[in-house]
Amino acid sequence: MTDAHRVGIANDVALAKGIRPGMALSAAYALAPSMHVKQRDRLREADAIEHLAAWAGQFTPNVVLENQAGLLLEVSGSLSLFGGLEPIMTRLRTGILALGFTASMACAPTARAAWWLALSGKETVIREHDSLAAKLAALSIYTLGWSSDQLTMLTAIGTNTLGEVMALPRAGFAKRFGRALLTELDQACGRIAEPRRFFTPPEQFEARLELPAAVEAASALLFAAKRLLTELAGFLVARASGVQHFDLLLEHDDLPPTVITINLVTAHRDEPHFTLLVRERFDRLTLPAPVYAIALRAPVLTPVSGVNLTLFPDENEASTDWTRLVERLRARLGAAAVHGLTIVAEHRPEYVVRAAEPGTQPPPLHFGERPLWLFTTPRPLLEIDAKPFLRGRLALMAGPERIESGWWDGNDVARDYFIAQDEDRSLLWVFRERSDARGWFLQGLFA
Amino acid sequence: MSALAKLLEHPALWRGNTLAPVRTASVASGFPRLDRELPGGGWPTGALTEILVAGHGIGEVSMLLPALARLSSAGRWQIWIAPPHAPYAPTLVQAGIALARLIVVTPEHQCDALWAIEQALRSSVCGAVVGWLPAARRAVPYAALRRLQVAAEDNDVVVLLFRPAAAGRESSPAVLRLSIEPAAAGHLTVHILKRRGLPAEAPIHLNLNRHHAVDRRHPAKTPARSIPTGEPIN
Repeated sequence: MTDAHRVGIANDVALAKGIRPGMALSAAYALAPSMHVKQRDRLREADAIEHLAAWAGQFTPNVVLENQAGLLLEVSGSLSLFGGLEPIMTRLRTGILALGFTASMACAPTARAAWWLALSGKETVIREHDSLAAKLAALSIYTLGWSSDQLTMLTAIGTNTLGEVMALPRAGFAKRFGRALLTELDQACGRIAEPRRFFTPPEQFEARLELPAAVEAASALLFAAKRLLTELAGFLVARASGVQHFDLLLEHDDLPPTVITINLVTAHRDEPHFTLLVRERFDRLTLPAPVYAIALRAPVLTPVSGVNLTLFPDENEASTDWTRLVERLRARLGAAAVHGLTIVAEHRPEYVVRAAEPGTQPPPLHFGERPLWLFTTPRPLLEIDAKPFLRGRLALMAGPERIESGWWDGNDVARDYFIAQDEDRSLLWVFRERSDARGWFLQGLFA
Repeated sequence: MSALAKLLEHPALWRGNTLAPVRTASVASGFPRLDRELPGGGWPTGALTEILVAGHGIGEVSMLLPALARLSSAGRWQIWIAPPHAPYAPTLVQAGIALARLIVVTPEHQCDALWAIEQALRSSVCGAVVGWLPAARRAVPYAALRRLQVAAEDNDVVVLLFRPAAAGRESSPAVLRLSIEPAAAGHLTVHILKRRGLPAEAPIHLNLNRHHAVDRRHPAKTPARSIPTGEPIN
């Protein structure tokens, strides 16, 4: 990994060949002509850090972007909520891994000490203020992000560790290396307060993931999508919000992106459920072209009501929730195939029932004797001897009930309805048209 | 002796000459004569019930409405999967079913219907799952029904599946199988093909007692032609 023609990070094989961070790239090539060099992309790095900051907001509202290179989380207020430091660190580690990153983590009573420990790559947890100075003393001065001039001077006077630096006289140190460096040391030890600006998560969620290779089967996209959904869920917890609608954009090389829209009955932020819905959609999707990148957009966040405000969705609560069932069914069968029913004040039978969102409370209306199944388009019946005929003669059992309505919208009806019985003893709802197109029609079944 | 008595209390064991003692709650069908013949005294919960019927419109759904209305008034959800036609909501309201607690699913294929039934059973949201599995080109495999039975177990849900009469010849994991046919004057004849406990001997006659307007013994005398369409209403 290189940064401005200097080696930034080298792997173990490279280190064995004598390549060191900070070395000029040309010198490194001389040592290992066949090495692979990757350019460091500061923009994408900063972007990733920012997304992680938004995700980490679920653990504490106090997240700091440190030098665009790392995150500082003030967790002292969250300890009792999560059951201590260990659970928080475990969740952070697995969560960051699920998002596709690895983290060097450290914990200390002061922000700068924690930052230095993390930079040094030592996964240290310091709880006591008293042991802080002793633990810091062992750190090498080369990993702290100090300038090379300062490092050269410090090495020249024989100091290599932070402990040796801290043993230097204050006045002389300030004179030689500047007040700023002394202040940093004081901040690390907690002698000076170090206020920081906390990160404010954005108003909407947008994340994009470039795939390492083109993907041709939709089901293979689930892994990448899950990463984005995990990020979304963490972001939503931090914002105390849920989403009712989000889009997954599958980006192709020269075609416009395939958009998968997920609509939810109620706003929530349950990542396993999101993944389930997306999986159903992926299972039935044929891609027009290979996918190179996948993006997730949630433009509108909805504050989630008090009941859902548990930090981690409770499984029992989720399983008894009917909205989840409706969403799951819709993800596979389509929104139109899963609905509730409601009724409207209307005399024409075929206009009474409307598909509605499940849970819609219908108005209190009363109708006469009605069948259980209704054909929206009445089926014409034969007429023999002035009686309707369907596989046999129909006996009229009750009626007529006259319905004459709808002259105002052009679909007016003038009908006499009867309950009829066929030779199989099924009960039918039939009518005789009274307008110009005379004849008998079958409109429903009493099942 | 007491050990034997204790053993016989196990729900999976019963004597050949009695109905199985069913511990799980069941939902009364609303027809006392039917309830007497059903182990547990009603439609079983946590297990499949198959209703074999040829065609539609003989009162096969009316037979379920009292139980469905009871679940509805207890605030339970119900889901109707793959009904053969559009359910007419006013009739459901009249029967006491809360439309605000009803989900209707209309999948295109039977495999989707089976999937939807399984999802509904697993979610433990619904008090009743009513599914229609009509005769299709490919018969419903035993394994698919077995999946549904497993999904229903341990859930407080009544599962009522309508299947074609021909399905009676195939074996099924359902704990209760009925076959129904129309009888005279608004009655249904119910044959219990399979139940836990001793086999049912005689068919049961149910009076559906719907359609007060319909007196099947005396068909409406007014032929349609005699309705004077051109005259004033009174």
